[in-house]
Amino acid sequence: MFTRLILGIALSLALPVAGFAAERFITVQSTTSTQNSGLLDAILPQFLDETGIEVRVVAVGTGQAIRNAMNGDGDVLLVHSKPSEEAFVADGFGVQRFDVMYNDFVIVGPAEDPAGIAGSSDVVAALGKIAEAEAPFASRGDDSGTHKAELRLWDAAGIDVSAASGTWYRETGSGMGATLNTGTGMGAYVMTDRATWIAFGNKGAHDVVVEGDQRMFNQYGVILVNPERHENVKAEDGQAFVDWLIGAQGQAAIAAYQVDGQQLFFPNAPGS
Amino acid sequence: MQDFASSFTHAMGLILQGDAELWAIVALSLQVSLTAVIIAACIAMPLGAALAVTRFRGRNVVVVLLNALMGLPPVVVGLMVYLMLSNAGPLGVLQLLYTPTAMIVAQVILVTPIIAAITRQTIEGLDAEYAEQLRSLGVSASAKIPTLLFDARYALMTAFLAGFGRAIAEVGAVIIVGGNINHVTRTMTTTIALETSKGNLALALALGTILILLAIAVNAAVSTVGLRARSIAYA
Repeated sequence: MFTRLILGIALSLALPVAGFAAERFITVQSTTSTQNSGLLDAILPQFLDETGIEVRVVAVGTGQAIRNAMNGDGDVLLVHSKPSEEAFVADGFGVQRFDVMYNDFVIVGPAEDPAGIAGSSDVVAALGKIAEAEAPFASRGDDSGTHKAELRLWDAAGIDVSAASGTWYRETGSGMGATLNTGTGMGAYVMTDRATWIAFGNKGAHDVVVEGDQRMFNQYGVILVNPERHENVKAEDGQAFVDWLIGAQGQAAIAAYQVDGQQLFFPNAPGS
Repeated sequence: MQDFASSFTHAMGLILQGDAELWAIVALSLQVSLTAVIIAACIAMPLGAALAVTRFRGRNVVVVLLNALMGLPPVVVGLMVYLMLSNAGPLGVLQLLYTPTAMIVAQVILVTPIIAAITRQTIEGLDAEYAEQLRSLGVSASAKIPTLLFDARYALMTAFLAGFGRAIAEVGAVIIVGGNINHVTRTMTTTIALETSKGNLALALALGTILILLAIAVNAAVSTVGLRARSIAYA
């Protein structure tokens, strides 16, 4: 009786699993910021309605997203680290890169502001003060787009953060949300994209302390994975998504997405 | 610490609302983990029993290895399965990456050593008890395995439940091979990880409460079936 029951359960469980593969869908390798901010949940249903193509999003850091796409595990790449994206295309992994939208990075910090940088709009000077005060700073440390942008800014400030790793400079090796949870927990400064911060639900006593520096510009790009490299890439449906995203409808959908009355991403595709 | 206090009521609210999306996630979690544990049990129980009744050189090494594999890190298993199923990997043609099937494969690998090791321990004890009797009946070593497994079926429910506990609770493997894709591969644990990273700690904790209630329900169901069957068998 026991074995028959188990077999019965096994059969009923195994059957529906097979049914998942038949639909028309593409897989997009993207970053946590586009998912955690709620943008993709807001715009993808519109694309589905217009084209009948379901978009399945794997949201990881930009570094991991690019590596997954290099393995052919995705049809489209939507990330935010222009130098890495251009290298991805130049190495033949992607067809062509298009600007999609931008927002900006901000530095958030505790209310006590131990480095005294609140209200600053000079990010390089602010990072210098954080290093000087040895105030805790939580970094992504995960090779993501945000992490790469942060490292470029430390570089500009002439500070070798790897020497301070484990003291006041703390690399979480995690996604944006997890790093913000850590940062608010330990009273550390964190550099984050504005969209994730606005949509974040565990701000604690943290607030934006540095913003408005043009060096904290954050550009997102979209690339079709090269079907000549990986024949499983759904080139036609993937291209349809790229075209929609940089076309009038996709750009309007991005502009319309707001959280708490604030626009999170600003469309800037060429020709839109 | 009001998070803890409110999370339980929050969880109850979510359950009572009967949110379709939540139920789909719960159903997928159960489907993936139960399927994985049943497949693992079909592999691991004969394997563990065979190891229990046979004697060969290096057997102790195999037993130690099997016990050690109970501690397989889910992230490592996820990574191995990803590398196998990736389009750049040897099994890429199967197109299984980012599907529930990939999550089942990863969980089978995680759970098989646990069930096999507990089965080995259980059957070895039983074999010591019945070896003489079975020998007097002229039962061969290979025929002993199904006999002992059948006799130990209630004790082996613990092995099954230990495997289920591991499968339903792990996040490291399923998030890599499943990709946490909404409506396709999003399970309870990956949803909890996602909501935590969004900073929605109360919601994450409420989902955790539901997951624990789910585990209790499955354990209670298996125990009840086992007890009822036993009371019929020995009545």
